[in-house]
Amino acid sequence: MISEHLVDISRLQFAITALFHFLFVPLTLGLAWILVIMESVYVMTGKQIYKDMTKFWGKLFGINFALGVTTGLTMEFQFGTNWAYYSHYVGDVFGAPLAIEGMMAFMLESTFVGMFFLGWDRLSKQQHLMVTFLVALGSNMSALWILIANAWMQNPIGAEFNYETMRMEMTNFAQVIFNPVAQVKFIHTVAAGYVTGAMFVLSISAYYLLKGRDIQFARRSFAVAAGFGVASIFSVILLGDESGYEVGDVQKTKLAAIEAEWHTEAPPAAFTLFGLPNQETMETDYAVKIPYLMGIIATRSLDTPVMGIRDIIVQDEIRIRNGMIAYGLLEKLRHGQKDEATIQQFDAVKKDLGYGLLLKKYTNDVTDATEEQIKMAARDTIPHVAAIFWSFRVMVACGFTMLIIFLLSFYYCAKRQEYKKRWLLRAALFALPLPWIAAETGWVVAEMGRQPWTISGILPTHLSASSLSYDTVFNSLTAFIVFYSLLFIIEMYLMIRFARLGPSSLHTGRYHYEKNHG
Amino acid sequence: MILDYETLKVIWWALIGVLLIAFALTDGFDMGVGFLLPVIGNTDEERRIMLNTVGPHWEGNQTWLVTAGGALFAAWPLVYAMAFSGFYLAMMITLFALFLRPLGFDYRSKLTDPRWRTSWDWGLFTGSTVPPIIFGVAFGNLLLGVPFHYDELMRPYYTGTFLQLLNPFALLTGVVSLSMIVMHGAVWLQMRTLDGLEARARKAAKMASIVVIVSFAAAGIWLSTSIDGFVINFMPDANIAFTPDLKQVSQQAGAWLSNYQIYPWMMSAPIAGFVGAILVFISAHNNRSGFAFIASSIAIIGIILTAGFSMFPFIMPSSSDMNSSLTIWDATSSVMTLKIMFWLSVFFIPLISAYSFWTYRKMWRRLDTHFIRNNEHTTY
Ligand code: HDD
Ligand code: HEM
Ligand code: HEM
Repeated sequence: MISEHLVDISRLQFAITALFHFLFVPLTLGLAWILVIMESVYVMTGKQIYKDMTKFWGKLFGINFALGVTTGLTMEFQFGTNWAYYSHYVGDVFGAPLAIEGMMAFMLESTFVGMFFLGWDRLSKQQHLMVTFLVALGSNMSALWILIANAWMQNPIGAEFNYETMRMEMTNFAQVIFNPVAQVKFIHTVAAGYVTGAMFVLSISAYYLLKGRDIQFARRSFAVAAGFGVASIFSVILLGDESGYEVGDVQKTKLAAIEAEWHTEAPPAAFTLFGLPNQETMETDYAVKIPYLMGIIATRSLDTPVMGIRDIIVQDEIRIRNGMIAYGLLEKLRHGQKDEATIQQFDAVKKDLGYGLLLKKYTNDVTDATEEQIKMAARDTIPHVAAIFWSFRVMVACGFTMLIIFLLSFYYCAKRQEYKKRWLLRAALFALPLPWIAAETGWVVAEMGRQPWTISGILPTHLSASSLSYDTVFNSLTAFIVFYSLLFIIEMYLMIRFARLGPSSLHTGRYHYEKNHG
Repeated sequence: MILDYETLKVIWWALIGVLLIAFALTDGFDMGVGFLLPVIGNTDEERRIMLNTVGPHWEGNQTWLVTAGGALFAAWPLVYAMAFSGFYLAMMITLFALFLRPLGFDYRSKLTDPRWRTSWDWGLFTGSTVPPIIFGVAFGNLLLGVPFHYDELMRPYYTGTFLQLLNPFALLTGVVSLSMIVMHGAVWLQMRTLDGLEARARKAAKMASIVVIVSFAAAGIWLSTSIDGFVINFMPDANIAFTPDLKQVSQQAGAWLSNYQIYPWMMSAPIAGFVGAILVFISAHNNRSGFAFIASSIAIIGIILTAGFSMFPFIMPSSSDMNSSLTIWDATSSVMTLKIMFWLSVFFIPLISAYSFWTYRKMWRRLDTHFIRNNEHTTY
């Protein structure tokens, strides 16, 4: 059996490196389009200030981009290094979108990003704008493919288990690509990125306005950010993830965890605004509920029930018993007993094989697990409710706060009064961390909500890890923490320095510091 | 049907080769530049010239590695899983070294403090030197075989240690790999710079080409005299999917040379390796830098193919449980995945090459100190 400690530390390493990667990803996704907008205005109007805007925000884009690439490299390696059995078990399906991402997206993005920075005087205006556009397109395509991969982990369709090769194999590529979970995930996640880019430009522009510096430059940037921000935040909130929950068993479990819904309620279910979910007693203490709201958010209807956690456990227990049978038949097949009858029996139950594998945590010989072990495995199918419940609420709170800020900014921009409203500028400045907090907690909901599976219903997390020693992973994790902290400090130092300096960092002689200090 | 499973398996061996070669040919010269940075760049301005010859391109070049990694995952998931988890520490060292490159390029010239710049110069040096050595060492170990096996659920187990990887033969192949990268970087610089730098790059190219020739020859002699290759004695039909443990493999003296007897045309690979490196020496000496770059590319292709041809159809032989060895027949994805990925590659690899070519053409010129002074704040 694989040691619990090893699995835990492998998860921790993945979580830390992925969450760190996603500090830089959303800004790349959003800022890239903002650059396209600014440069388009420059190409259309020929006004120098828009070129300066593109170059300045582009500089900050570059500082962020470098760390996005750096931390992305880790992600690309890590499935092989730390999740070897996972890579074996699903590489046939999961590897494809990753490889396509490399060919279709990363190549585009990274071939042209160098041209963006260094090609200004080697390219015509239109050519340069096209380069900027291709960078934005490339980064968004990369999000598309990685999210197709990630969505397949949440809702693994278009694939089947093959006992000859002991792995999942692709049966329908179109289903993998057009996975409904992938579609909602893509929209929600890239829109989250756009929100991040918009908030970034809005906040820093607000800072210049508060300081009374480079007013023309800052007001134009602020306006672009406010407009782009309003559109993006509406997309994040309205085109939310709800429809993703109509498919996939684990998505249903996740939904119950988000709402800490222990008992199935008669539709339409109430929404728990606050409360303390208790995993032991399977109740939510001190719950404050709003009637009807949950049913409407989750199912967009008044008469579809949202299944509660206790009922999910009962269902899963049945599937675990089925999985034990599947495992027994698989052993027969692997030992050469490949007669028609065995194959047919196996095909009938193999969709529950993964549930049988859950027992591997407690016993090597899945087929004669004890009643108690089955009960424990059934309870394991429920992720950590409180963490998911709270992360979700933090994300939503950030989302609505930003909605208000963007709306007000947009409104006052339209009335040409935004630079006078110091309270608004201050709010915009302090809201800077919100999109990152929302995005990180969003991933916690999505990924912790998938536990105990790496591939929903198919491969449990504890089997997925590589057979390494605990110390090995401990050392690499320590190295990641030390190294990443260092890189982060360097990045923040540069980012803050250049953000403070503002467009003067372009050395055009037209901006604040150069005018004042010669 | 032409694209049957067996054919696809062979095609994917070639495609992975194409990606690795694309990586070595493109990222090769910018890693070579990174290595040479503290070696032949005497002043800050000279180092900036060197960096800016690859400035617009290193990022796209490096992505060939990312793409090769993704393709490995999709086409040879067993190799991706076994090699990356087995060589864990080596992979982590490569990774941490690679971290220094994007940051080195992007951040180095953003501040003027000489300590800041020198630190990043060494960061770039490390990030460009460690990966080629490790890739070379990894290839050496593949030729020797590495200890691993599978359990009944096909879980991979690696039973060697990190220090075992650093054996003399593998260190020698590490030298081959590093020297060919340095040679490539040096001829690139000879082609893209002027004056003092150009002259020093020329010297470096000549020296590196000698190291390539000597170390490649030494590795060849070592391989043919004292390293036992692997052979498949029995395996299921190549047209069906099966797990590695179903075949029978043994170790045999001279087995890594047998492909050259069966297919004499494969000899062209080692010959290209030597002839390419010799031509680099001659044309660098005569200041025919464009020609030297082509020669260096031929040498790299020849050397990588030599390793591939010697092992074919093996990818990762196991020294402790030979039947578990990974070959192109049993380490691959399903026929459907191979087919889809094949068609996508046929479309995308030429497309990527075309637009990359465009960026090179647009940015082509020799750089000198004037260029750096005129673009103080906008270049690397
Ligand atoms: C929603 C978007 C998204 C998500 C979920 C991920 N990434 Fe990412 N990744 C990007 C969006 C992105 C990006 C926006 O395209 C980046 C960030 C900044 C950048 O340079 O490109 C990037 C960079 C980036 C790079 C460097 C590419 C280059 O060399 O140009 C690699 C190898 C990866 N990522 C790999 C991964 C893997 C294996 C992930 C899964 C665990 C992952 N990323 C999650
Ligand atoms: C960059 C955005 C992402 C973030 C912030 C993120 C976050 C997380 C977190 C917090 C965990 C730990 C969950 C836990 O152990 O409780 C995790 C695990 C994991 N995630 Fe993600 N994730 C991201 C993207 C992805 C993508 C795109 C994939 C796959 C394509 C993926 C695959 C995994 C895997 C394999 C694990 C490890 C097994 C596990 O613990 O579930 N993640 N991720
Ligand atoms: C305000 C209303 C919002 C709602 C109702 C909402 C809903 C959700 C839900 C249900 C998930 C889990 C998806 C899954 O696992 O299937 C999620 C994930 C996520 N959320 Fe939100 N969200 C909101 C706002 C935001 C904001 C403002 C951001 C960031 C700016 C954000 C960023 C993310 C990210 C990055 C993920 C993980 C990727 C994914 O699974 O799509 N969300 N969101």
